[in-house]
Amino acid sequence: MITVENLTKRFARKTAIESVSFQVEKGEILGFLGPNGAGKTTTMRIITGFMPASDGTVRVDGFDVFENPIDVRRRIGYLPENPPLYLEMTVVGYLRFVAKIKGVPKEKIDLEIQRVMERASITDVQERIIAKLSKGYKQRVGVAQALIGDPPVLILDEPTIGLDPKQIHEVRELIKDLAGNHTVVLSTHILPEVEQTCNRVVIIDRGKIVAVDTPQNLRFQLQGAERVFMEIQGPAPEITSKLKAMPGVIDVHTVGSNDGRHRFQIEGELKKDIRSDLARAVVQNGWGLYELQSVTMSLEDIFLKLTTAEERE
Amino acid sequence: MRNILAIIERELRAYFISPVAYVVLTIFVFLSGLFFRSILAQVLQMGLMSQLQAQQLGPRAMDMPGMITRGFLSTMSVILLFVMPMLTMGLFSEEKKRGTIELLLTAPLTDLQVVLGKFFAGVTFFLILLLTTWIPTGFLYLYSSPASGPILTAYLGLLLYGLALIAIGLFISTLTENQIIAAVLSFGTIMVLWLVDVLANNADSTTGKAVLTYLSIISHLDDFMKGVLSTSHIIFYMSLMLVALFLTYRSIDSLRWRG
Repeated sequence: MITVENLTKRFARKTAIESVSFQVEKGEILGFLGPNGAGKTTTMRIITGFMPASDGTVRVDGFDVFENPIDVRRRIGYLPENPPLYLEMTVVGYLRFVAKIKGVPKEKIDLEIQRVMERASITDVQERIIAKLSKGYKQRVGVAQALIGDPPVLILDEPTIGLDPKQIHEVRELIKDLAGNHTVVLSTHILPEVEQTCNRVVIIDRGKIVAVDTPQNLRFQLQGAERVFMEIQGPAPEITSKLKAMPGVIDVHTVGSNDGRHRFQIEGELKKDIRSDLARAVVQNGWGLYELQSVTMSLEDIFLKLTTAEERE
Repeated sequence: MRNILAIIERELRAYFISPVAYVVLTIFVFLSGLFFRSILAQVLQMGLMSQLQAQQLGPRAMDMPGMITRGFLSTMSVILLFVMPMLTMGLFSEEKKRGTIELLLTAPLTDLQVVLGKFFAGVTFFLILLLTTWIPTGFLYLYSSPASGPILTAYLGLLLYGLALIAIGLFISTLTENQIIAAVLSFGTIMVLWLVDVLANNADSTTGKAVLTYLSIISHLDDFMKGVLSTSHIIFYMSLMLVALFLTYRSIDSLRWRG
């Protein structure tokens, strides 16, 4: 649905993105993940045709953004980072204006406005002045605006920024709900958001793509080792040496102790479950086992690993 | 076309929701009424004087309604100089400040449609202002029979002059996110285009004088006020407007590149 090839954007003083390429399939939710200033907004602005690229191409549904900008824009619903709201208008008045400039046929405008308001759950505030709405409602009016005309592609720049946890949950559910019929690209710098909503992740850092994959695969590929966390009562040096000697165990670190109980982090070989072996060893040695838990690397760790790797170069 | 109308309609609503429209209308109507009254008083006094002279030197023709409209509508051009920047200051600067420009520039609209929508929104409000001047002019028709020809050309002149001012203000409002800066810059620019006339009077060479006089935004109005229709003046205002609109269009394009 969206093909981005070798996209580069140079500003007067800095290069915002460099040779960015990725594809988004129909019905997919693609997460665009990166720290602030990584080039997420720039990429999205180029896809939506707000801004031309210095180099490279973007095709949406077969149309080139630069050559057929109007055809592309007709297929995209865009929620910029700051929802583009005319604060002095009522919700309905605003959506009517958006419907008109998006070329929704006159006789369908009222129906379309009703549809998007229901979708974004803002029907109850339809006659209110936008300036008087809470931030969460404003954001949802922004989402409703993007949905007008039922475009096949939705580009959402930081759709949950500034919302409270309940509103964040609602917006995420809405986005998941939209997938399937729509192709969604959303950007965020919040990691759980990507894990919870996206089929695929593009991690971008300082204008370059550092990884593209599903959240699960990314975690799996980068993990490199199984980790187990244990809390054991007993002599620390003996425990460390005995556990280290076990088959499948790569390394054992002490991560703290308290009242004679010691906490360990054990790294095992990949795809080998050593938890039952560890438990048996503790019991056989007569130590006390207080906790045993396998630790999965969060996307957060992966993200940090990827984006700090470059710094060491 | 529908897209352009939608932009015009939204902009007019914005004018009338905010106090801007009411303040501008009130001040404009008040000032134009005030000037009309003082011009009327002046012309009446001149009429009285000429009547006294006529007793000694014989009767002389005097077009009093014409003098009044000429004086009145020329004064309008000065008031518009102050009022126009207030109409155009927010057209693009507010969109930039609020981020709504991103909505306009990613909607299936061409940049030309956006520019024209904004321009005609300003023009529509300007036409409302011009309509209010028919209140005093209407009284002239009620109590005398002024020659309609010069009045029509004067209005045509004011209209063209206004279109050029709006286009200039529109261009300037693309340059900044700040309405006040846009207003002051527009005012300054129009003022300079006004004052080249004064510079022209001090110019040494005749060519320099001719060029400066031609550039003056106000010197072209004189003929319209006298009831003379001249293509060169029409072309002057139209080209000023088109250049400013073209600059606006280019400025939006550069806005896209710079982000």
